[in-house]
Amino acid sequence: MTEEKQQLEALRDIRSLMQQSSKFLSLSGLSGIFAGVYALVGAYLGHIVISKFLENVKHGTNFTFEYRRMILLSVLICSGVLILSLLTAFYFSNTKSKKLGQKLFDHTTLRLFLNMFIPLLAGGIFCISLLYHGGVYMLLVAPSMLIFYGLALVNGSKYTLHDIRYLGLLEIAIGIASCFYLSAGLWFWAIGFGALHIIYGAYTWFKHDRHL
Amino acid sequence: MINPNIHKLNKAFESRVRLGIMSVLMVNDTVDFNTLKELLQVTDGNLASHNAALEKDGYLHIKKEFVGKKTLTTYSATKAGVKAFEEHLNVLEKLIKKID
Repeated sequence: MTEEKQQLEALRDIRSLMQQSSKFLSLSGLSGIFAGVYALVGAYLGHIVISKFLENVKHGTNFTFEYRRMILLSVLICSGVLILSLLTAFYFSNTKSKKLGQKLFDHTTLRLFLNMFIPLLAGGIFCISLLYHGGVYMLLVAPSMLIFYGLALVNGSKYTLHDIRYLGLLEIAIGIASCFYLSAGLWFWAIGFGALHIIYGAYTWFKHDRHL
Repeated sequence: MINPNIHKLNKAFESRVRLGIMSVLMVNDTVDFNTLKELLQVTDGNLASHNAALEKDGYLHIKKEFVGKKTLTTYSATKAGVKAFEEHLNVLEKLIKKID
């Protein structure tokens, strides 16, 4: 019997070592919930900025000036949401990695970052090019952000919690759908970055983090 | 009664440390010494001797290079190592299934 118990333990060891050494497991569901809330606040601010812009234009103020101000404010809001989300993710991952008894920065962290960074960088530059061309191209910024972010998640999912893959696929789907309803871009953006993150975060928290 | 399959288990993977080394190398192309040490929670000497044993069996490839003045040692599983470990896992699986 002890022999058999040993074999069972050996298999358990193998499984946990394979997981631990190849995947970044410290991603917390709470990060997702917070990122979603930031995005919803961001979308609301964006809505105000855009309505203000449309109203001012109607009253015949300097179009170029108003336009540039709207772009600048929108970029600031997006950057704010991104930076806050990253800081929050860092904070909760640090706490979770301590609870799991793992290091926050090891080769799995680096690999996850690198694999998410490639689509994100490409998408970021693509969005900058859309802003640069301006006009109708601007309407494609929100869908592009969703699609490239989704691709980054799908790509990174091999190196962290597997459920991220489904979040990524949903982001891509919402991004593509929003390409056909360009005037509702902000709504899709709020659903993709806000609602989905909150749902995903709550789900992950219930599944993995609750008992920690 | 002793399960006859037990004799098919590869002796090279009998030690827990060696089993651990091979598990990590099945899912990572290369791993350096310190990462391996942390994952397995073993001493330098212990890990080095197990690595040497696996290399002698032809299951492990050891690569040493210089990064500045320090040597960086990285490990990878050889094709023979991957095959032997997979067979070992299959036997383990059969043994466990007999229990259920």
